[in-house]
This record gives sequence, structure tokens and C-alpha cells, in this order.
Amino acid sequence: MVKFNINNLNIWFGAIQALKDVTLEIQANEILSVIGPANSGKTTFLRMLDRLNELQLSFKMSGRVELGGEDILTMDAELLRKNVGMVFAMPLPLPLSIFDNIAYGARMHGIKNKKRLQEIVEVALKKAYLWEEVKDRLNTSAFKISGGQQQRLCIARTLAVEPEVILFDEPCSGLDPVSTAKVEEAMLKLKEDYTLVLVTNNVKQAARVGDKTAFFLSGELIELDKTEKIFTAPSDQRTDGYIRGKFG
Amino acid sequence: MKNSQRTQKIAFFFLFLAALLVIVPVGLIVLVIIKKGLPAMTWQFLSDIPRQGMRSGGIFPALIGTVYLVSGAIIFALPIGLLAAIYLSEYSRDNFLTRMIKLAIVNLAGVPSVVYGLFGLALFVVFLKFGASILSGSLTLGIMILPIIITTSREALESVPYAFREVSRSLGASKWQTIRHVVLPNAIPGILTGTILGLGRAAGETAPILFTVAAFYLPRLPKSIFDQAMALPYHLYVISTQVPNVDEKIRYGTALVLLIMVLFMNLVAVIIRYHFRKKKKW
Repeated sequence: MVKFNINNLNIWFGAIQALKDVTLEIQANEILSVIGPANSGKTTFLRMLDRLNELQLSFKMSGRVELGGEDILTMDAELLRKNVGMVFAMPLPLPLSIFDNIAYGARMHGIKNKKRLQEIVEVALKKAYLWEEVKDRLNTSAFKISGGQQQRLCIARTLAVEPEVILFDEPCSGLDPVSTAKVEEAMLKLKEDYTLVLVTNNVKQAARVGDKTAFFLSGELIELDKTEKIFTAPSDQRTDGYIRGKFG
Repeated sequence: MKNSQRTQKIAFFFLFLAALLVIVPVGLIVLVIIKKGLPAMTWQFLSDIPRQGMRSGGIFPALIGTVYLVSGAIIFALPIGLLAAIYLSEYSRDNFLTRMIKLAIVNLAGVPSVVYGLFGLALFVVFLKFGASILSGSLTLGIMILPIIITTSREALESVPYAFREVSRSLGASKWQTIRHVVLPNAIPGILTGTILGLGRAAGETAPILFTVAAFYLPRLPKSIFDQAMALPYHLYVISTQVPNVDEKIRYGTALVLLIMVLFMNLVAVIIRYHFRKKKKW
């Protein structure tokens, strides 16, 4: 099933074109890894999917992005962002307790019932493999737990608003290998229920977790294929050069 | 090596001297006021009305007048200032017009207070026919501290990391929800500090109340906001320059009360800021 259908997407920030004529499909219940060097437009692409780009005033776009067959620009932005969650590069807990961080989204969407909120928090933390580590200190500040735990907290926070798609923007760039492994483990499990898009600077990570891999370069989509294909026999030599570490 | 150390020592000496030059006069002023004013500090001085043409008795009406004026000013200025700050930092686009508005607000904070006094006289006392009253005086003081409140509130709002807003929006919260639940709670210490500094300024100024509210001698408490009132800074001015033969004790006592009031407010601001900075989590 096709989740996202992106057609001829162009994006500009002021005079700079960040994405050039990108067309691709994202299938449901798979992990799409997006790789590419700095300034290749991969984060801009990711932030298009939940319309975060438009918070910047210089943003302009053309083309069409459909989620489940519906143009996302005609959808209510708040509703879209509820359905398409985002996990940022750095662990970014809000300055609240662990519990309030997870409950934040649900509260903003009008859930006030205490019992219901407790359920939501527990389920989300379990899905992000964090429940056992924090269940006894839900009321302490989210800044008191380790970086890896914070990032899984951010995943749990995203899960708590019950999205269909989760976007990961270099989620492990600030984490040590052990924490990275835990986040990757969580991602592989999440694939069963969600569609995942992972932007990463770590080519090996893309190879480890991605079902498909897209390679961006200077705002263009160079190649999109099954991950094994990209990493064994890419059809474009620039892809080959990048994954072998010849540039980028 | 030796030479650079000597240069450093000399530089430190001059820096220390400069700091001393600033601190010593302030300290002296405070010391003199405390020394000469302390003997006047009795319960009767604080709670009695001025008597014998202000040459004896207390300062109660002036004290209450100042409390009324400052409260009125804050009731008027805080909501408007905060809303303006929220608009400027969160909603307005960054263009020539808003940059000019921001610049104008910063500059307004430096306008001499007597200008605000004349403005208040023209607008509230004469044009709006509020007369010389607590209402006119409060509004004038409110307008005077508005730029302070807007500027500090805007800085407080803008110091909340942009990433927090993005996180909140990415979870599907609306712009207003984000401001209400993420930005404002984290900006409150800065906003409070600005408000209290504004309060201190409003309590100490003479010029803005000179034409708009202050009574030369009114040995009773004001009955409504349309009543005139005495105020500490103006009362101090009057007994120091306009009334002959006022006991030095009373003059310095009044100054001391005013000083304590303003210092107390500033102290509260410092404590609040310290308290929140300790709790600050990023």
C-alpha cells in the first residue's frame, strides 16, 4: 500500500532551491532510509512530509505531496502533524517531567482524563523500550535521564499521539553505539505498525534498518531502490561513490 | 612573561578602581540616607497622616498613594505589555515596519519621565477629562513602564529555544497552544523580572505624577480612583524644597522608606530570577 505519493516536488528557501523535482512513493509498513551528503535536501524532504518547513517564512514549494491519496496541503496542518510524527536529530525533551513530555501531545489534542493519559504514557513508553527504565520516576525532569533515554523518550512522545508515519531526522547523531542500537531496535519493531522514514548520515545505519534506501544529492533524488540493491549494485555511480565513502 | 604579568596587574588595578568609583558613591548615598533616616522610623511615622504643614506626623497617605499608583500602573501595563511582546516575538513578521516598532519601543524606554508626565497631562487629565486623579497617574506611569515590560518580556520569550516550539508543533499542537504551554511557562521568570523592575521605576518617579495625580498636601486617604493622592517621591520633593523648616529626620525618613520600597522590589526580582534559573532545565 502506498502511504506517501510525492510528485514533482520543488522546494525553495528564498532564492536557494533545496529540492529539485523529486518524485517518489513511500510504502506503508516499511522503513525508507534517506541518505546523502550535507545540503543534499534530505532533511528538507523529511520536514515536507509533516509540513514543518512552512514554519519558515522564506519557504516556497511546487508539486504535490499526497498522504493516503489526499493532498497534504489541503489537510489541517495540526491534524497532519498528529498523523505524521517527527523525531529530531538531537534529543529534545520539553522542559517538563517524563510523564508530561509523553502526555503533552495527547493533552494538546484534548485528552484530559487522568486514567486515559496514564494509559497512553505507559503504552508509548513500552513501545519505545523505555518503560522499565523510567517507570519509577515518571515525575522527574526529562532532562535527568541519559541522552539515549531522552531520544527514546522523544520517540515515545511521538508515538503517544498515535501517528501513522514516523519521521526520524538523524535520530542517532548524538548517541553512543549502545544507545544507537537500542533506537534501531525500536525502529525495526515499530515498522510492524507504522511507516518509517529515516534520514541518516550514517550509511551503515541505512543499510542495517532500511527496507528501501533513497540517495539524495544537491536536492535531487538520484536513486531509490531496495536497500540490498543500493548497497550491492547501485545503478548510478554517484550512489556507488557515496556509499563507498568516496565523497560526502 | 614578566612584562605581560605587570600589564595585567596594572589593568586589574584600574578596572578595580573603576568598579570602586561606581560602588562607593552609591554606597555612601545609601549609608547617609539610612543613618539620617533611621531615627524617624517609627510605627507612628509610617501610619500617621502628615501634621503641622508636613513638619511632623507621618507619611501614611503618601505611602498608600504610591501603592495605589504602582498597582494601577501594573494592572494597566502588564497585560498590554505582555500581549504586545507575544505579538512582536511570536506572530509579527520580520520586516521594516516591525523592526521600526521594536526600535521605537526600546527608545521609548529612554525617554525622560517628565515627557511622559506632560503626555499624561494632555491625554488623561485634559483630553479624556480624568482630571488630576489616581486613574490619570496610574495610566501615565503605566505608559512609562510599558516599554520596559515589552522589551524584557520579548527578550524572555525569544530566549526560549526555537527547538521547543518546533517539537510542540510537530506533535500537532497549534501555534497558540505552543505559546501557552511551552513558550510562556519558560518565559515567566524573565517577564516577572521585567515587571518588577518596571514597578520599581514607577514607584520612584516624580515627574510623571507631578501633573497627573500628586497632591501637595492631602491629609486623608483617597476615596476613589478619581481622587487625587499623595505619593512618596513627590512628597519627598515637597518637604525637601517647598516647605521650609522640615526636620531633617522626616526628610531622610521619607527617602529611606522610598529607597527600601524600590530596593525591596528589585530584591524580589533578583530572588525570582535566581529561583527560576536554578530550576531552568536546558
